[in-house]
Amino acid sequence: MSKYMVNLKINNIPISVEEGTTILDAAKRLNFHIPTLCNHPDLSVAGNCRVCVVEVKGARLLAASCATPVSEGMEVFTNSEKVRIARKHVVELLLSEHNADCTKCFKNGHCELQELASEYRYGDHIFIDLVPFKQKFLDISSPSITKDTSKCIRCQRCVRTCAELQAVSALAVVHKGSHQTISTFMDKPMNDVVCTNCGQCINRCPTGALYERNYIEDVWNAIYDPNKFVVVQTAPATRVAVGEDLGLEPGHRVTGKMVAALKKMGFNKILDTDFTADLTIMEEGTELLTRLKKALVDKDETVKLPMMTSCSPGWIKFQEHMFPDLLPNLSTCKSPQQMFGSLAKTYYADKINIKAENMVVVSIMPCTAKKFECNRPEMRDSGFKDVDYVLTTRELAMMIKQAGIEFDKLEDQHYDSILGESTGAAVIFGATGGVMEAALRTAYEIVTGSEVPFANLNIKPVRGMEGVKEASIKIKNAKPEWSFLEGVEMNVAVAHGLANAKKLMEAVSSGTANYHFIEIMGCPGGCIGGGGQPIPTSPEIRRKRAEAIYAEDMGMDIRKSHENPEVVEVYKDYLGHPCGHQSHELLHTHYVERKRY
Amino acid sequence: MEQKHLKRVDLIFEWDEKNPPIQVLDETLQKTPDAIILEMIDSGLKGRGGAGFPTGLKWKFTRNEDSDIKYVICNADEGEPGTFKDREILDRVPEKIFTGMAICGYVIGAKEGYIYLRAEYNFLLKSLQQKLDKFNQQLKDRQIEFTIFLRSGSGAYVCGEESALFESMEGKRGEPRNKPPYPTVAGYNSKPTVINNVETLVYTCEICRMGADKFKALGTSDSRGSKVFSVSGDTTKPGIYELELGMPLKDFIDEFGDDDAKAVQVGGASGHCVPRKKFNDTIIGFEGIPTGGSMMIFNSSRSMYNVLHDYLEFFTEESCGQCTPCRVGCQQLLKGIEAVKKGERPPSYLEDLKKLTLTMKIAAKCGLGQSVANPFISIVDNFKEEIIY
Repeated sequence: MSKYMVNLKINNIPISVEEGTTILDAAKRLNFHIPTLCNHPDLSVAGNCRVCVVEVKGARLLAASCATPVSEGMEVFTNSEKVRIARKHVVELLLSEHNADCTKCFKNGHCELQELASEYRYGDHIFIDLVPFKQKFLDISSPSITKDTSKCIRCQRCVRTCAELQAVSALAVVHKGSHQTISTFMDKPMNDVVCTNCGQCINRCPTGALYERNYIEDVWNAIYDPNKFVVVQTAPATRVAVGEDLGLEPGHRVTGKMVAALKKMGFNKILDTDFTADLTIMEEGTELLTRLKKALVDKDETVKLPMMTSCSPGWIKFQEHMFPDLLPNLSTCKSPQQMFGSLAKTYYADKINIKAENMVVVSIMPCTAKKFECNRPEMRDSGFKDVDYVLTTRELAMMIKQAGIEFDKLEDQHYDSILGESTGAAVIFGATGGVMEAALRTAYEIVTGSEVPFANLNIKPVRGMEGVKEASIKIKNAKPEWSFLEGVEMNVAVAHGLANAKKLMEAVSSGTANYHFIEIMGCPGGCIGGGGQPIPTSPEIRRKRAEAIYAEDMGMDIRKSHENPEVVEVYKDYLGHPCGHQSHELLHTHYVERKRY
Repeated sequence: MEQKHLKRVDLIFEWDEKNPPIQVLDETLQKTPDAIILEMIDSGLKGRGGAGFPTGLKWKFTRNEDSDIKYVICNADEGEPGTFKDREILDRVPEKIFTGMAICGYVIGAKEGYIYLRAEYNFLLKSLQQKLDKFNQQLKDRQIEFTIFLRSGSGAYVCGEESALFESMEGKRGEPRNKPPYPTVAGYNSKPTVINNVETLVYTCEICRMGADKFKALGTSDSRGSKVFSVSGDTTKPGIYELELGMPLKDFIDEFGDDDAKAVQVGGASGHCVPRKKFNDTIIGFEGIPTGGSMMIFNSSRSMYNVLHDYLEFFTEESCGQCTPCRVGCQQLLKGIEAVKKGERPPSYLEDLKKLTLTMKIAAKCGLGQSVANPFISIVDNFKEEIIY
């Protein structure tokens, strides 16, 4: 249906916009800024904070500009006396209910309410401070997410995030009136509910009501401890995002500067999760081919297809809660973070002659679920906690600032070796479709001896921000040992964001999907949109980060995981062969069924 | 101004043996939907829930929507403090409600109707269901493709707000929606929906029975017809009375109150407080002060501070909590008058609070928050000394 154009005036300036456009968007086009709080580009419209109210000539009520579509002949005023008084009232009311201990708050300087307060608040505090009358509730039960309802302004962005983007609904609105708040099922602690720890709520919380459990002090303590050898690993998606918290525009690749900063901060070795991403491809690719052989040739019915990736810990916990029947479909491979941890405290510790108990492994992750993952009891294959502390990209930026480092002036530096070399296939793990693309680059070549039939190795059908993507590759000229795959059409699917994952899982459960391999990333856009990434987030910002990820790939000398020389060396020196005995000990894991409530 | 005097009317509860509701239905369905709409518009009937939207227009807008599925909903979530007339109607003449719904269904092209019954009225469920089963069977016998179902609320005042009621019916948390779209375009299940108050539906049935002319002979040009009032408070005659619209409040007090009545709260907690000195000039109707039915009389023994405090406690509790002006505004008003009473804030703080209610009136998402200004300003302005000292 073609859209009609609607003519209206905003602050006396005429504009013509498509029907259905909100007043807010129309005003944006004329460069009139209307403040918002509950509105978010990733979420449905709520219209409940009322900060964005505007006056419409002839209307009895002010209109929430985020929720009101334009109409023909409308005359809108975005800064009339009525609007200004109402907006100031709304900001004052929000502040009266908000525990404004700004200087102690993790979100100090990044808080949307604080920003509005500085714009609209002056003179006396009009209203009565309601915070003392409220039940304060700080939930630190989760190793990933801290929830402080005394900071909550009830915009419900977290609730919509959890329901709309993630289909989890761990957070919901409870009670009404003055008791209305955001809580969990039966007010249980965050760690005891279906929360996947994805942290998407954090990325969209305008205040400090939701933030990551931070381990900055623990990591500084480890760095300063002369008896500790502190090894740091950095995830693929951090290098295209950390700059955003350090004054750079989204889409900046800062890999070399990040390594330089980590060296200056005093980490003993700067290594790369990208290395274990390559290793993951070797293990997961081999596991896939093995499963295919068992299923297709040996007709082994205990082998489950489609196989599903296991890199994203939010996705793993989602599956444990929501689709426990499909747990056998998950690859048994640990995530790259945990592969790194167990190798660092065994193989690597041996190699550099450091006792595992004296080694501290720190991860820099775009993710809050990784904080939970490193605390899973099964993640202690080295005999110690394989990964000691997980810091988000945001925490890293904070530490860089604390260390007084002028980030943009740093000279690029290289990762240390060994466990620091990586390929283009590893860095694209950071974007949705990346693991699939990396796996196909390697698996296809293992089977056929030739490169995947896509120009420049770029498997475009699995890239991009479509919620669920599908692709097929026909295997031609398989090597003799893989002859059972000759002519097979490999069907793959990719989903990002758990709401999309849920759709795919429902299709798999009902038997309507016919895939061999599925990649799921828990967060929208994949790790580049992770719950630990710089705030704000939007489709536009995630697109820029993804572009940077693929640019990073194109700039790498080696772009296939099986050609990573350090990976080859580690197999030769220590692991033997992919999915071999040693790998099973260190690089693979198992899952547990979890209840929904 | 056109003025009527207090006159008792007996339409709502009257039972015409010669022309019972089902017969009214049969006769009405002989007419075209457009003719029925014209009759409704001509009658001047406005919604009896309090907001007063012209019923004929509501039906017309919904009829004009292009949709295979439409709904008729009877709003029986009677929760306004001091209002208890729907309960009586539901108990005594539910057939008239059903008939109004069936006529509406015929007019707009709906096959399903729902009665959303206040949770506290669940004691009516059994008898209502029995009468409804009979009525649904009568529709079936006549091959009228319309069925009415009963739904029970869960106790939230805000679910009387039409869009919150739809959310509640859809199994969600009862929170008002953004408007537009209005229910006539996207109501229950996002389909075009007519939602009318219990009493309104009965009047549609009555208008079909007696004709628009007889109905509009009652009341004034702005407030046609009669209305059922719930009279409570300091009166010797509490109860339910059907009265012609457009009378001065003075007449009402002469009938139901006494010389000691110092104020009448017209329209429940969300209505206006009228002090004695304004009884003569206050018309009960859409041109003066409209009411969903509640008339609470307060005599000199009552503290208007306590009255306002009770209302504010009620709103603080019953706000759904989603929009800032209502959720936090109500709390501030309540804490605010407490602080003034205790001397923690100066009397001039009441002026700040009045300004806040004006913001709530234009910036809150739904009628709940928007109407808190009514009791607040009218009580504070007329009984300031009682609030301060």
